[in-house]
Amino acid sequence: MASSTIMASALRKHQKKILGEWVQTLHDDASDSKKARISPQELNAQAEEFLQLLTAVVSSGNPEDSHSAQFKALQDFLEGLSRSRVQQGFSSAETATFIFSFKKPLFAALRTEAGSNADELAQEIWTATKLLDDLGLTTVNTYQRAREEVINRQQQEMLELSTPVVKLWEGILGLPMIGTLDSARTQIVMESLLHKIVETGSEIAIIDITGVPTVDTLVAQHLLKTVTAIRLMGADCIISGVRPQIAQTIVHLGVDLQGVTTKANLADALALALKRTGATLTR
Amino acid sequence: MERIPILRIGDYLLATIQVDMHDQLALQLQEDLTSAIERHTSKGVLIDISALEMVDSFIGRMISDISNMGRILDARTVLVGMQPAVAITLVELGLSLQGVATALNVDRGMAMLRAAPTDE
Amino acid sequence: MDQIAGGESPLRSQHDIVMARQTVRRLSQEMGFSLVDQTKMVTAASELARNTLIYGGGGIMHWQTLKNVSKKGLRLIFSDQGPGIPNIELALTDGWTSGGGLGLGLSGARRLVNEFEIESSATTGTKVTIVRWG
Repeated sequence: MASSTIMASALRKHQKKILGEWVQTLHDDASDSKKARISPQELNAQAEEFLQLLTAVVSSGNPEDSHSAQFKALQDFLEGLSRSRVQQGFSSAETATFIFSFKKPLFAALRTEAGSNADELAQEIWTATKLLDDLGLTTVNTYQRAREEVINRQQQEMLELSTPVVKLWEGILGLPMIGTLDSARTQIVMESLLHKIVETGSEIAIIDITGVPTVDTLVAQHLLKTVTAIRLMGADCIISGVRPQIAQTIVHLGVDLQGVTTKANLADALALALKRTGATLTR
Repeated sequence: MERIPILRIGDYLLATIQVDMHDQLALQLQEDLTSAIERHTSKGVLIDISALEMVDSFIGRMISDISNMGRILDARTVLVGMQPAVAITLVELGLSLQGVATALNVDRGMAMLRAAPTDE
Repeated sequence: MDQIAGGESPLRSQHDIVMARQTVRRLSQEMGFSLVDQTKMVTAASELARNTLIYGGGGIMHWQTLKNVSKKGLRLIFSDQGPGIPNIELALTDGWTSGGGLGLGLSGARRLVNEFEIESSATTGTKVTIVRWG
């Protein structure tokens, strides 16, 4: 394709100029907070690498081939860039700007190379625009996915921290639930509690929902699943912290707690559990 | 033919499942247990699945059936040692094995059988 | 999304179902699934493999290991040339009925996986595709 050779030669001949103008724009655009997050040296190095990889793609036999080794190298680089931007706390717009701000110096170089040939220049600018837009979008996509992963991981960690299983007595475990009970949370809680039951050989688990603000059908179902799993394993469960409103809700929802004992507070639940495990309380 | 071995401990029977069972093997176990209950007039059966990493609906139904058949023969069945991952999966699958007594391990299961009155 | 590897496992006998379970267990472990996720996938596979054998008259399980950015997944396809499922909507809502009904437990298996697709007709047989991400 004759037109891409103009871009290729523009990139090669005017490399220094393009790089210089681009990096200048990146620095100028950067707010102070952005400047603090990434060093000028790192930014320069990234710009240089991008330019080299892009030149390789454009100079290759078929620059439009998105499966070529050069294109893959460029994509891998941008993927890494996106991920590090997520780590450094940049927004997706800021990350995409890295690519989009490249257009201006590139087009200037193209104009110089194309000379007075308006048709060729127009064609070249279109090709360049398409290529850079695609790369920009890919970068944003990767950014979003990487962000989601970070958020998920953080959520996981928070969940694990906020659902400790405690040993209340020999053979009795307690699980104070605090906050909303969503599906992800309940799963982690369930697993953690079940493992502790096996580890400690505890026969009774007291799930305290004093700290759970609302109980809707979903929450009730989650609780029920947990209770069922505990019973399948050979232990039993008492739910404590059931306020009158919650009891009402459960009845209204028509949820059958299947004979699970419920108590208004943890103390009563513990007393019952102790009785069941054969302990006697003397004062 | 391979069969799950059944151990007799006085008035009770113990079957420890340690292999990934194909359907025929599971059905054979069901048959062997019910005939053993009858032959020895056993009062109870312990099914130890602590080594099973998967229980699907077929095996679940087999366990329920053993429990029901045993009850008709006046023997109580206790399922012991279900692994957490298996319990979670069974619940999600929609099987609660209601009517089947469970215990954490063989010792507890045996204690349960010994303490239980003959009628539930 | 890329496919990393693929393979197949016949489902023509009960022993094949056991083999299929073991294959799915191995693959799930390779994909780094948590123990619970492994168990869910193996159990779903066991259910669907049994359906293929008993209701479908025998068939095949194709497997594919997948990669999507940093997520790894496993896709299983159960296909047979059997009589097909007359009322898929109904089959997807019924569980295991004690008597009558197909009792295929499709709704149960569906809850164990992230993606679930089924195609079935009297002329083409049945094809169930499930995907689990780790």
